[in-house]
Amino acid sequence: MRYLPLTPHDRQDMLATVGVSSIDELFVDVPEDARLDGPIRDLPMHAGEMAVEAHMKKLAKNNSAAGDMPFFLGAGAYRHHVPASVDHIIQRGEFLTAYTPYQPEIAQGTLQTLFEFQTQVARLFGVDVANASMYDGSTACWEAIVMARRITKRGKVILSSGLHPHYVSVAETMARFTKDQLVNAAPTLEAATDGANLLDQIDDDTSCVVVQYPDILGRISDMSALVEKAHNHKALLIAVVTEPVALGAITSPGQMGADIVVGEGQSLGVGLQFGGPYVGLFGCKQKYVRQMPGRLCGETVDSEGKRGFVLTLSTREQHIRREKATSNICTNSGLCALAFTAHMTLLGEKGLRELAMLNHKKAVAAADRLAKIDGVSVLNESFFNEFTLVLDKDTRPIVRKLADQKILAGVSLGRLYPDEGKLAHGLIVAVTETTSDEDVEILATALEGELA
Amino acid sequence: MNMLTEGRPTKQEANIAMPEPGAVQTHTGNRALMVDEPLIFETGSPDRSGVDLPEAPAVDSRLGGLERDDAIGIPGLSEAETVRHYTRLSRQNYAIDVGLFPLGSCTMKHNPRLNEKMARLKGFSDIHPLQPVDSVQGALGLIYELATWLKTLTGMPAVAMSPKAGAHGELCGILAIRSALEARGDAREVILVPESAHGTNPATAAFAGYKVEDIPANADGRVDLDALKARLGPDVAGVMITNPNTCGLFEPDMKAISDAVHEAGGLVYCDGANFNAIVGRVRPGDLGIDAMHINLHKTFSTPHGGGGPGSGPVVFSEALAPFAPLPFVEKSEDGHFRLVEEETAEEHHASSFGRMVAFHGQMGMFTRALTYMLSHGADGLKQVAEDAVLNANYVLRSLEDVLDAPFAKSGPCMHEALFSDKGFSNGLTTLDLAKGLIDEGYHPMTMYFPLVVHGAMLVEPTETESKAAIDQFIGALRSVAERAKAGDELLKSAPHFAPRRRLDETQAARKPILVWQEPEEYAEAAE
Repeated sequence: MRYLPLTPHDRQDMLATVGVSSIDELFVDVPEDARLDGPIRDLPMHAGEMAVEAHMKKLAKNNSAAGDMPFFLGAGAYRHHVPASVDHIIQRGEFLTAYTPYQPEIAQGTLQTLFEFQTQVARLFGVDVANASMYDGSTACWEAIVMARRITKRGKVILSSGLHPHYVSVAETMARFTKDQLVNAAPTLEAATDGANLLDQIDDDTSCVVVQYPDILGRISDMSALVEKAHNHKALLIAVVTEPVALGAITSPGQMGADIVVGEGQSLGVGLQFGGPYVGLFGCKQKYVRQMPGRLCGETVDSEGKRGFVLTLSTREQHIRREKATSNICTNSGLCALAFTAHMTLLGEKGLRELAMLNHKKAVAAADRLAKIDGVSVLNESFFNEFTLVLDKDTRPIVRKLADQKILAGVSLGRLYPDEGKLAHGLIVAVTETTSDEDVEILATALEGELA
Repeated sequence: MNMLTEGRPTKQEANIAMPEPGAVQTHTGNRALMVDEPLIFETGSPDRSGVDLPEAPAVDSRLGGLERDDAIGIPGLSEAETVRHYTRLSRQNYAIDVGLFPLGSCTMKHNPRLNEKMARLKGFSDIHPLQPVDSVQGALGLIYELATWLKTLTGMPAVAMSPKAGAHGELCGILAIRSALEARGDAREVILVPESAHGTNPATAAFAGYKVEDIPANADGRVDLDALKARLGPDVAGVMITNPNTCGLFEPDMKAISDAVHEAGGLVYCDGANFNAIVGRVRPGDLGIDAMHINLHKTFSTPHGGGGPGSGPVVFSEALAPFAPLPFVEKSEDGHFRLVEEETAEEHHASSFGRMVAFHGQMGMFTRALTYMLSHGADGLKQVAEDAVLNANYVLRSLEDVLDAPFAKSGPCMHEALFSDKGFSNGLTTLDLAKGLIDEGYHPMTMYFPLVVHGAMLVEPTETESKAAIDQFIGALRSVAERAKAGDELLKSAPHFAPRRRLDETQAARKPILVWQEPEEYAEAAE
């Protein structure tokens, strides 16, 4: 077995040192009827690299890779070009195979990158501070809701209808157990977001208002009025960003006054990977920092006065506070945070702005092309790199049929909102720097064929 | 001009004076390969970039008047600088690739590189979670295959794949327990957790709305079965037990514990963080448990990555299987894989407690874990547990004469050896010993955990260390332990040779600096 260095001779020597004659004597505490006498049945025996690789490649080939065909899916996960050096950096063994930096003297590499990551995220979001990452956007969103409850001591949570339905589902699952009261609805196929409607629902029982920006249908709207009303009622505004590249082009939620900003960082540095691992982003105003969940990296000095970094404010965390912790989170998404921060460093502000405008303008051009198809209209008046097409029929069969023709057309709202019949006419289309004019033309032609 | 024929000197001049240690100072403060690296905010520039992008099409923007007009403040570096920045930082990290990493309960084993290669196959890395299921049959098949391995290895009938890490898996298990109890109209309030448990256990139970009470341990470091039985009753929803436990011991009464909890109407959660000790040798399903999370990043070698991502699938008993979260993968008779999610859940999984996360879980970790399992096979995994346990016992018996091992007399340990700070003198602590180990070239063991042992040191060598590597580690730990017992003052200021000396964590917490800010003189100059 290529990963196991002990030889039979080593094992004999070591058993002798331990003072037992067989390995079985080391398992004496296991009740006899629970001890297995041989390898577990119904599983294969060990295999060499070539055999394993052949097996895995067979599975991999049975998937349609996004890069091999016109591809327009978004809705919370986006296909961007990741520079080659990012993958090189995250495969450095010193990053890849390190543990959580609990011994800071020999973990400054991880700690300094986390400090840089936190700063980048805070600045991107326009807030004072950010943590060292969460599992993903959906769990970061739920943790923000829990944090708002800790701050406001209230249980009414108003979810925008533009919040990603999976994020809503996660919140619903958790609220069933915490008894928070969620106010939410499915979106409607309108150009305007539901901001006005949300305004009416904010009252003195409200803990927080959760608004996605851009929202699930790709719409963007100013949330300043919501912030003002929320603050008038001593409630918090939580902004959710599932496409961080957008913030290279549009005003940050922090600038509009959001108290907590969370997001999905997958777009930068992390590939699609069928949904995970991704990286949850979490930032907030300075005054709430001690209520934040998750790991935080902070600057300090060593005993010779040299600058260094450590995990800090750990009295919020489970390993110290146990049942009184701000969250049960332990592992975060360190390596994905490294990928995010390396990609962001490669871009820099100039590159980020250019990337954002490239995404946006390609999306505008694509939306204009697709709007010319008979039976197709573009819902959005404004958007970043994702917009919603409205057809006169259920888009689910169309998406499936085009996938069979090696065109991945977008995400049908029918899949995300199976209970909302009319929404199935909507199709979310994302366009990034990886989308070519030819891809758009292929999609347009295919849709024309379907609708003819 | 004469040709220089002597060449460069190849030998140090004889009889030169050797300086006192510390007398040599460098202009940069660096010491050869040990170099400090500034922050990107100190070296980068907002108008520098390591990425070349094509021109955007000439169309008007449609951003609804929300164009970002402030300076974002994100510096950029060229690719050359970026690669160097992170490479230099990486060299300040300890990692498994660098040496033995004996962090107890963390299972820092070798991360096979085939796993990395397989996770990067475009058929896994470049597929979107919401693609039509017919276009991702291989990915669903992989999840199904991994699920089958996990069920078979644990002897449990069901598994939830989506939890993102161990603590997320705990939450999944506890929510399933709560759902099952509520479904039978039997709301209960208390979860019992041993004092020796990982902090995530009580935090999870509290997060799910339960009151947490301690289960007492006996003198052997194990659950006190009689005390547990005495506490069970109609208010107890269940127990969370780590097995093997955090003292590195197998709970011999596990089956009896499960039976007693079931008899009292509760359910049993097992923390599977220490599954590496028994994988392929013992099936937790045979011990009567109802739910257990498996850290793919421990037992199944997916990289820890400096703190994640993890992956924490949860196996379930028949009693809890119907309540498992969405989504999951089913296989039809014709070999087609279907994804059961919101769109399809109603008919198939009406009592699911819902969704815990967007999309389907940590696919990138599934790919690596399955690669690992296929490489080892049933025989190799059994050998993994045996070697992990043998290595830990070898460490225990090689050091129990110099370090106090509080439970060594009660028999063999499992995959980790527990020591205490008993016998250290001159005020030296476990922390000092740990920092001394850093100077010896090792990452320290887990310190001050479990809480039930004073100055605890939990050593988990794992199965991927050779006897020679373990012998060398034992020698180093023995030496530092002897110094701690002898009261060696120099340990108090260790580490002496790491990239940083001891860091001031109190200052970090008192006035937290969590993001970089331009130094004041710059800010003033800019005004």
